[in-house]
Amino acid sequence: MTTTAIKPRRHKPKRSTVLTIGMLAAAAYFLLPLFWLVVASSKTSEDLFSTFGLWFSDEFNLFANIKLTLTQDDGVFLKWLWNTLLYAVTAAGGGALLAALAGYGFSKYRFKGNRTMFLIVLGAVMVPTTALAIPTYLVFSEIGLADTPWAIILPSLVNPFGLLLMRVYVEAAVPDSLLEAARIDGASELRIFFQVVLRLLAPGFATVLLFALVHTWNNYFLPLIMLNDPELYPITVGLARWQGQAAAAGGASGDLVPLVITGSLLSIIPLVIAFLFLQRYWQSGLVAGAVKQ
Amino acid sequence: MTATTQTRNRQEGPRPSTPTARKLRRGRALAGYMFVAPFMIVFLLMFLVPLLYAAYFSLFREQLVGGNVFVGLENYTRAFGDEQLWTGIARVCLFFLIQVPIMLVAALAFALALDTGLVRLKRTTRLGIFVPYAVPGVIATLMWGFLYGPDFGPFAQLAEKIGMSAPDFLGPDLMLGSLANIVFWEFTGYNMVILFAALRSVPTEIYEAAAVDGAGQWRIAWSIKIPALKGALAVCMIFSIIGAFQLFNEPQLMQSLAPTVIDAAYTPNLYAYNLAFVGQEYNYAAAVSFVLGLVILVGSYAFMFATNRRSRR
Repeated sequence: MTTTAIKPRRHKPKRSTVLTIGMLAAAAYFLLPLFWLVVASSKTSEDLFSTFGLWFSDEFNLFANIKLTLTQDDGVFLKWLWNTLLYAVTAAGGGALLAALAGYGFSKYRFKGNRTMFLIVLGAVMVPTTALAIPTYLVFSEIGLADTPWAIILPSLVNPFGLLLMRVYVEAAVPDSLLEAARIDGASELRIFFQVVLRLLAPGFATVLLFALVHTWNNYFLPLIMLNDPELYPITVGLARWQGQAAAAGGASGDLVPLVITGSLLSIIPLVIAFLFLQRYWQSGLVAGAVKQ
Repeated sequence: MTATTQTRNRQEGPRPSTPTARKLRRGRALAGYMFVAPFMIVFLLMFLVPLLYAAYFSLFREQLVGGNVFVGLENYTRAFGDEQLWTGIARVCLFFLIQVPIMLVAALAFALALDTGLVRLKRTTRLGIFVPYAVPGVIATLMWGFLYGPDFGPFAQLAEKIGMSAPDFLGPDLMLGSLANIVFWEFTGYNMVILFAALRSVPTEIYEAAAVDGAGQWRIAWSIKIPALKGALAVCMIFSIIGAFQLFNEPQLMQSLAPTVIDAAYTPNLYAYNLAFVGQEYNYAAAVSFVLGLVILVGSYAFMFATNRRSRR
């Protein structure tokens, strides 16, 4: 599957300057806000207002800003960062494992209700997640789980799209003959999954994991409605709260603005790095998702 | 796939099978249940139970005296006549009609340009366009909010330098366009990568044959590549419909910058959120969520129906 994605083209046509310039201009538009973020993170709040936004000022204040961000409100930003990491890793890891198990089960076993259950899950892909968030909040507050980490992790474990992708992967990457051979050798079904199948599914698993990671990392609506305690916030909700305080105070409290900006920069670095290093995986994953549906 | 295994299953059925084979098959089915059970249990608890509970909940009304009272479909009749809700739905429809075509055309153009092989620095430009997808929507909105802003936004600064005033990006006339730009910035690269990946799976022999027949790049793009992308474009479209109608993060965050422009019912999702968490009208908010879900489902299915019929013709 990975190899079909990247095919060498035999005839290399000549390069086009016009197209290159057009594409570079487009890339510049998409990178401009990020460049601004880096520049703005390096400024004091006075320079932010008094110097031109798209270039550095004389005073390079990035490290002082980072220190301010990390120590504001007794280091609550680090707490938010830790929460985000905890929610994203547990929800994405658990969700990807559940999707892999079920994708394998639906693809390789015959049992009553297989098709019906799969179709129900498939239909769930279409249900808007935010339409589900308020109902989930109602249930969680009824059973006393609202305003706990579980309120973020448990709903994020359900990943219908991940199941869909995993099923496609299993069909493409796990041959029946291999399973039969393992069974003849006397391996149990569970052992076959963990020692044979999971290894074959590694690229697909990584793709589902990465996208689930991004999804939970970026999640805003669910934690916003579930959590009251600032100690439990993920970064998204925390930064939005700082921004709200800054805007409510108007120009008078410019002090929070550099923190919002520097905090934004700090929180996008891990994901950007993850995407750059795992390119091979997510690109092949998207091929499967886009083509095989 | 499933259909073929099922027919095979039916053919095998009447054949006399030994007791051990039957036992084996039963054991296999049990293992199948075991593999899907964890997912299905979580799915049941986190997906179906909340939906059913909220459906039940939406049939009641909280009253000062007497607590929760069963009111049947009253919340739904109220929702269908609620002008605020439908103004919001009309607004996201307008948003969808403006933003999604521009985004998908741009994503398609980028993908086709990259696929011609005529672009230098291909990897760099592709990654540059995709990177915003890795930025959380909240942070994208905060950044663009600062960029649009009159205080230290570069647009306002540039305009001031040449003695003009910058357009009021956060004013009532431009707000929807400003929001559309943020969503465009976030998701164009994602759509481009999907389309680009789909293009790569088209066999190159077709292009070579077309080139031998004298077709230029434009002709190849129009007559071969775009038709080959139909499926991938449909996927992008469905995701865009769902995304546009659920618009929440961007307007909710912009509210603090432009409280007079973005009211509590600016988008249907924002309305449901404010009903539940500001107005404490949980029952009605649940009904509004269902109505919104229904609108999205109808929209998605209408789109799929329309495209299916056209391709069958």
